[in-house]
Amino acid sequence: MFKIAAIGDRDSITGFASVGLSIFCTDEPHEAKKIIKMLAENQFAVIYITERLLQKIPEEYERYKEVPVPAIIPIPGITGNTGFGLQNVGKFVERAVGSDIIN
Amino acid sequence: MAVLHTNPTRMELINLKRKLATARRGHRLLKDKRDELMRRFLELVRENKQLRREIEEGLKEAQAHMALAGASVSEEVTNTALMLPKQEMFVEVSQKNVMSVILPEYDVSYKTADENDIYSYAYAFTSFDLDAAVRKYADLAVKMVKLAQVEKSCSLMSGEIEKTRRRVNALEYIMIPQYEDTIKYITMKLDENERSATTRLMKVKNMMLENAHHYNERG
Repeated sequence: MFKIAAIGDRDSITGFASVGLSIFCTDEPHEAKKIIKMLAENQFAVIYITERLLQKIPEEYERYKEVPVPAIIPIPGITGNTGFGLQNVGKFVERAVGSDIIN
Repeated sequence: MAVLHTNPTRMELINLKRKLATARRGHRLLKDKRDELMRRFLELVRENKQLRREIEEGLKEAQAHMALAGASVSEEVTNTALMLPKQEMFVEVSQKNVMSVILPEYDVSYKTADENDIYSYAYAFTSFDLDAAVRKYADLAVKMVKLAQVEKSCSLMSGEIEKTRRRVNALEYIMIPQYEDTIKYITMKLDENERSATTRLMKVKNMMLENAHHYNERG
């Protein structure tokens, strides 16, 4: 049985607590790194993290890209949508096809 | 013409022909694998983008409700209301093998029997915006798990496609031409040897006949 977590600033993620995600409030990139590491070792299958925070720790994101568990998924935070999530999907296409052919 | 460093012998020729056959078969298989992976990947990516747009839109709404809830009653009340959630979401992870890429599949399950059991507070002191936000989040959560599955699958697949594409290209443009050229080179070399052996024999025969009959002296 795997759990689901959300990482980000308090305002962006408190709502997820109500539906039963484990929430970890932080603004600090290095703290977020520690949390991700801890979660990866503790039966968390899905980790949602605010785009803003994830952009600061791209190396963590890269590290878990090729492993089946956990999945790190960027979500827009309360400060607005940075478009990072969709850009990221575009990057997958770029990697597989050679250029982003899907709009 | 890229020729491998080999001795032009029949043994090598046989070996190379065998290798070429294997390389061709591998190339065909990998190409099929790449095409099929690509087809599935493009489907998945379309779904991924669609889901992501929906979720990002939904989250914006949910967060707006949340902000309103925080504004209409004090923030502490809202925070306290959400401090001890009733519901907990779990996912069951199973694996699906698509063209030898292991893709995860998530099945959502809940701690309490009723999955709509999401309001962890009495309604007296909180604003209705909080209820709306919580409802919205609950609806989104299921979709978000789906998004996680699709996005992870896309990520894993794109890696595999990249690898497969490289292999196909390496076989198609490096290995197979190299084998073909080397085979051609060895065949020509062997033919050449054979021709030179024939000429040598003819020459030797002439010399022997000359020695036996002394045509030159008589003529």
